[in-house]
Amino acid sequence: MSVLVYLVPAALGLGLLGLAAFLWSLKSGQYEDLDGAAVRPLSDDDLP
Amino acid sequence: MAEAIDLSRFVTRDRYGAPRISLAVEGVHCAGCIRKVETTVKAIPGVQQARLNFTTRRLTVNWSEGALDPAAVLNRLDALGYRAYPFARPAEEEEARHASWLLRCLGVAGFAAMNVMLLSVSVWSGNVADITPETRDFFHWLSALIALPAAAYAGQPFFQNALKALRARSLNMDVPISLGVVLALAMSVFETARHAEHAYFDSALMLLFFLLAGRYLDHAMRRKTRAAAGNLAALKAEVAHRFDHGKVVAVPAETLAPGDRVLVHAGERVPADGVVVSGRSQVDESLITGETARRAVAAEAQVYCGSLNFDGALVVRVTAAGQNTLMDEVERLLAVAAEVKSRYVRLADRAAQLYAPVVHVTAALTAAGWLIAGAGLHDSIVTAITVLIITCPCALALAVPAVQAVAVGSLFRAGVLVQRGDALERLAEIDTVVFDKTGTLTLPEPRVSNRDEIAPDLLERAARLALASRHPLAIAAAREAMERQPYANSIEEPGQGVRAVIDGVEARLGSAVFCGLDSLSDLAPEGAESCIVFRHGGDCAIIRVCQTLRPDAAAVIAELCARRLDVRILSGDRPEAVGPLAEALGIAGWRGGLKPAEKIAALNGMKAEGRKVLMVGDGINDAPAIAAAHVSLSPISAADLAQSHADAVFLGESLKPVLQCLETAIKARRLMRQNLWLAVLYNAVAVPIAIAGLVTPLIAALAMSGSSILVTVNALRAGRMPKSERRPETEIARSGVIASKEAFS
Repeated sequence: MSVLVYLVPAALGLGLLGLAAFLWSLKSGQYEDLDGAAVRPLSDDDLP
Repeated sequence: MAEAIDLSRFVTRDRYGAPRISLAVEGVHCAGCIRKVETTVKAIPGVQQARLNFTTRRLTVNWSEGALDPAAVLNRLDALGYRAYPFARPAEEEEARHASWLLRCLGVAGFAAMNVMLLSVSVWSGNVADITPETRDFFHWLSALIALPAAAYAGQPFFQNALKALRARSLNMDVPISLGVVLALAMSVFETARHAEHAYFDSALMLLFFLLAGRYLDHAMRRKTRAAAGNLAALKAEVAHRFDHGKVVAVPAETLAPGDRVLVHAGERVPADGVVVSGRSQVDESLITGETARRAVAAEAQVYCGSLNFDGALVVRVTAAGQNTLMDEVERLLAVAAEVKSRYVRLADRAAQLYAPVVHVTAALTAAGWLIAGAGLHDSIVTAITVLIITCPCALALAVPAVQAVAVGSLFRAGVLVQRGDALERLAEIDTVVFDKTGTLTLPEPRVSNRDEIAPDLLERAARLALASRHPLAIAAAREAMERQPYANSIEEPGQGVRAVIDGVEARLGSAVFCGLDSLSDLAPEGAESCIVFRHGGDCAIIRVCQTLRPDAAAVIAELCARRLDVRILSGDRPEAVGPLAEALGIAGWRGGLKPAEKIAALNGMKAEGRKVLMVGDGINDAPAIAAAHVSLSPISAADLAQSHADAVFLGESLKPVLQCLETAIKARRLMRQNLWLAVLYNAVAVPIAIAGLVTPLIAALAMSGSSILVTVNALRAGRMPKSERRPETEIARSGVIASKEAFS
């Protein structure tokens, strides 16, 4: 069972990473305009 | 809006101290609009940042200090064809913070539930295989390490509500939820310390996760609805023309203070209560009293906020809001209505009040039963707590909010903004519908009533000519125009009419005298009907303008009657005006000439008969009745006071939303009940197993998620509408156009 020594921290670390990413995305306002996020890719601002 | 408006009151500061402003923008439909608005505004010199939120249709503009007058943004957008209006609503910021807090809790609960489940599944499979007790203990302690802080954080919304309810010595659904979570965690820690086989960390976290998801969705739906209602209110807001040191400045009407003098042009609404200083005109007070006949005003006459100035320009001195007899009466009645209105106990809370004692008594009896049967103290208490865990009202607490979120969402798409959480439950109970007449059964603004008698091309010419005028009668005529382009050389003669040269011949639209007819004695207007004349060379037409019924009023009333609902009219307008209309609609129970107090008295009379009344009204005179009725609806054109007391607001010209609201509410109530019964059924199966002491954490996890998913899937049915009744979401935006046009007409 020595495999647990690194598997458990790895699993927890990945989970925490996901949580941190979610909290960061929430804080940077990515959930404030879901409809906008859906249609913005259609605009071609970035084209010359 | 070519003139500049003073917007300083709406400018806020971001965290670096730079000025910014939030604008509600109307007419944004697609990705192209977003880009057009943002690039145009960013191109204005001084603007640093412009971001349009497509969900809420709000534009936030930042600029460097002193580099920009925000009115320039409004004018630029106006030139582009988008109407924008400044926006200041502190309550919404509070709600946004609450929403993001719920989402954070949901994220934490989700993370913890998934990781603990990972450990739990290992333990469960290990228990039937060859897990060593040391590994199991290690996994349990690890679960505790994740679960305890996560539950302490993510459970806050429930713990806070439960405490609040207990302090008020009442019970709500959050009390058994909190108790279940806390007991499950405490027991699991205790069991882990005793090296036991079962721990319930995963159940507690999963419960929190499901419930938070339900709560967040409910909250998000309500927020979206309120944001839409807020936008429409902002777009409807008036611009007042205030005298500042002899100059006329345009300011938002809400910034007016008592003592200010304002100029009210013909065709504009009076921006605040006040006294006429000079000028004479007629005012249409239908939005205030329901009376459709106009009142002549001159110097010293009192005018009310929201009345429409018909003929001539007025100078009005603003008096303190509510400082007049009508508003005094309305305010007094509103206070009484709010007091008298019994506190409605919501379905979910009623269920909780029944449920919590039953569950807690069952748990206590289980412990007592096992003790008597000879089990040890520890085993008895563990069994009792598993009963609490398995009955923890996961399905029960989701049963109502899930249906509500789906139903409110489907009404939102149909153009109804539900403002109160319990409106649907109350709406499902009504047996009587009371309509106001003016602005509710009839359209809020007058229309041409004899269009069939006028040659189409003549009417089109008249209507296009009318586009050049802001007189209310001209605006009514202008609605008939197919081509929305006014004639290039139109000239308006104030108080008389408009003229223009069309195809080399002069055309005139206006009073009979203006058009060269001697008098209209043989066409004398009846009641609230008005006539204007159009003359183009030899062609001549008399256009009659009056209040007309909403296009589907008769059909909706018939449908309501067919549902065995008692339909009545309580109007503030004269009985002579109400009678024929009631007869045409087939409504026997009508009364006219009612003052606000008499409307309340009539409603109280119905209440005393045991009736549950739906009030549909729009005027300031309806506001007390709207607040006092069991449940109430307002059209979007209603006075602000009436709208803010109504349980839901509907958009557009049709009266059909009233019917849709009723249908959805009845369907939603049926689904809520079904869901509650499903939850009861689930408990009836699960509780005996728990009492028998046969529940393992695996069974608890399966039962909880199974019942929650069942209830949620059932709730989704509330959103299904017959195909014929579906309307596109752009309806909201389109109705916004109607609302704003009317505000500026």
